[in-house]
Amino acid sequence: MKTDREVIIIILNNNNNLRADGRDFNELRPLKIEAGILEKADGSAYLEIGGNKILAAVYGPRELHVRRIMRPDMAVIRCRYNMAPFSVGERKRPGPDRRSVEISKITADALRPAIFLEKFPRSTIDVFIEVLEAEGGTRCAGITAASVALADAGIPMKDLIASCAAGKAEGNVILDLSEEEDKEGEADLPVAIMPRSGNITLLQMDGHMTPEEFENALDLAIEGCQKISAVQKEAIKNRYGEENE
Amino acid sequence: MIFVEDKDLVIPGDVLADEEYHTGRGTFREGKNIHSSLVGLVAVRDKRINVIPLQSKYIPKRGDVVIGEVTDIRFSMWNLDINSPYSGFLSASDVFGKEKRDLNKAFDVGDVLFLRVVDVDEVKKVKLGLKGRGLGKFKDGILIYITPTKVPRLIGKKGSMINMIKDETHCDIIVGQNGVVWVKGNPLMERVAEKVINMIEKQAHTSGLTDRVRNMLYKILGKEIDEEEVERIPEVDED
Repeated sequence: MKTDREVIIIILNNNNNLRADGRDFNELRPLKIEAGILEKADGSAYLEIGGNKILAAVYGPRELHVRRIMRPDMAVIRCRYNMAPFSVGERKRPGPDRRSVEISKITADALRPAIFLEKFPRSTIDVFIEVLEAEGGTRCAGITAASVALADAGIPMKDLIASCAAGKAEGNVILDLSEEEDKEGEADLPVAIMPRSGNITLLQMDGHMTPEEFENALDLAIEGCQKISAVQKEAIKNRYGEENE
Repeated sequence: MIFVEDKDLVIPGDVLADEEYHTGRGTFREGKNIHSSLVGLVAVRDKRINVIPLQSKYIPKRGDVVIGEVTDIRFSMWNLDINSPYSGFLSASDVFGKEKRDLNKAFDVGDVLFLRVVDVDEVKKVKLGLKGRGLGKFKDGILIYITPTKVPRLIGKKGSMINMIKDETHCDIIVGQNGVVWVKGNPLMERVAEKVINMIEKQAHTSGLTDRVRNMLYKILGKEIDEEEVERIPEVDED
């Protein structure tokens, strides 16, 4: 057993594409999703990818009291992305900041195209994403978890949104950046897609990449989303598989 | 062509069938194919394909009977929570006629009523009424919340399931279409009924449920009579 492992490490080192955590350039971190873990929420999901631990809860469709955002023809979707003070190395000041307000907005925007909002006019669907532990790529992990929670809540959707990031670190285009790679690297490209149609619902980038590198990274991210999508489906089926017995 | 079987578990986006079939509840058409929009179980009726959701919210429909809780009293109406994205209202004139009386003397905040949905308008205002047999205010008893799509399963064919629970527990049970169930009886029996109803909700999509519910009831009741016969029976006699 021990010798097998040593052999693999030597080969990868020779290929010179080994990352700090030993992953290949197109390899995701270990991913685990569990649906329906909160008693009081209409739908919920818990997700772990690498060192990220994320809890998503969905309430609704429920009555909307804020008249000014009410839509007479469809439901509104409200998101709150929040990082726990203990989720990062240095204690984070609790409460919303500029970053979390932005992520809340782009999460709602990424999820909206998949939901049949017109079925629930004048109501709201509330999504809460709590980051318990962060290790790079929390916005994508949050979207992935939220979409499982939405399905668990019985909200009609066209597809399950899957999300993951690609980027560039140490001159290589790589999939699913860790915190280290995100900080030290050259570029980060979070993507969310509807896996069945391939439609992109979120595309952000910071850093620098050439057009070719961007194309590569985008393809890589979409490939990663497809892999995540399979795990999402599994998670939902497992939730009800138990009850079938 | 159909790609799934009856009672299969499907999730949003799953392909169910092609153009030969019609879209029913919980499905949508994209291009030629029919897809599921929900997590639920496939139900095929002739050429129509439906997905029965495992989790849902009650959408008010005219004619339904529902159980609601008074949340607010206004000048001439009560607001009620009917376990739905849309709250309902009951006009004072519906209860008093033309007479003017204090609303909170009839129903106060927190009271639980059995009502009929009289109308749902374009802006989703849900008008409720109390005219009809058995409608009115509940006294005592407990409320149990289940997913509205599982109400038919709880009632059973011609009420077989619910009548069995009523007979065995000697409780009064009323089921609202909105997934609220009111149970009143011996406090101990109320708990038994609650346990059984929660079990039905969890296993609503499995077959042979009526038999399992009967077994569960016999088991619980048989056991409890054995254990608590000595202490409990005088209390029951008083009632």
